[in-house]
Amino acid sequence: MKKRLVLFIPLVLFLVMGVFLYKGLFLNPQKLDSALEGKPVPAFQLERLEDRSEIITDESLKGKVALLNVWATWCPSCKYEHPYLMRFARQGILPIYGINYRDERAMAIRELSREGDPYTKNIFDHDGRLGLDLGVYGAPESYLIDHNGIIRYRYAGPIDQNVWNETLLPMIKELQSAAKLDGAS
Amino acid sequence: MIKTMVQISSAILLSLAMISGVFATPVDTYEFKSVDNQKRALELAHSLRCPQCQNQNLIDSNSPVAQDLRLEVYQMVDAGKADDQVIEFMTSRYGEFVLYKPRMEAKTYALWLGPVFLLMCGLLIGFFFIRKQRITELDDQEISAEEQKELDTLLKRDRK
Repeated sequence: MKKRLVLFIPLVLFLVMGVFLYKGLFLNPQKLDSALEGKPVPAFQLERLEDRSEIITDESLKGKVALLNVWATWCPSCKYEHPYLMRFARQGILPIYGINYRDERAMAIRELSREGDPYTKNIFDHDGRLGLDLGVYGAPESYLIDHNGIIRYRYAGPIDQNVWNETLLPMIKELQSAAKLDGAS
Repeated sequence: MIKTMVQISSAILLSLAMISGVFATPVDTYEFKSVDNQKRALELAHSLRCPQCQNQNLIDSNSPVAQDLRLEVYQMVDAGKADDQVIEFMTSRYGEFVLYKPRMEAKTYALWLGPVFLLMCGLLIGFFFIRKQRITELDDQEISAEEQKELDTLLKRDRK
């Protein structure tokens, strides 16, 4: 009898492997864990897109739970994402900072004035240095940061209503209530 | 005649060597401070995966991210940074993912030691199976006196 059971071991191994490989079929290999989750926004000092004389730093982002959105005029998925960002901005749930990534200033400003501007402020990352420090590998990408300027979540790809409702909004609510407890606005 | 052929072929070989030298960095015109730096930087960039086109390394890939990162690696090497520092720079931004050769860590033990473990298991199982089979084979060869008698009668009956 014992010998019979031993004969089933290969079948069991096969089934276990089968389950793992089957699950692997539905993983998205493009989705990478951000190495920066739990770490502060990297130090930077960049001009504001709309106003050359205004310098934005990592310190300027602290105080409120905020969304950093990496975008560019050359990025088609950003255009898909744009109306959703407009909607979320109108709801006024949190400040959305744009990081205009490897783009031309004039083109970016023109695009925002034509299509609408969902951003509280835009950071002009012309040479992509901030993007590099953030581990950006393609626009659009979004980073949820808490009131202390710590990156809590990174979403690579365009945000739509689904992503917002299912993933981002619950996290934002949670971070905001934590911020309230901490005494920040 | 032979002399000219040698000359032509050596010229061809020389130009081929020069072409391959140029093709080592297909898109960049970065000038390294020294040949050693170039060698080390290219080796490093070969060992790092592009986060955008995931089955290419930094040298192979033409994506903007890979171009940036390649340049970053070159500059860091030229600035005298050690390999470890460059790798640290990359993994702190893009995660362990960019390493083609994962580091030996608590979470990668299964990855590194798993195959060795499985090989050991296989060898062990194989060893026991073979030994067991040999023992049963030996057992089979022994026939008791009673069985021998029976066999003899059967054989005799067949011959009749």
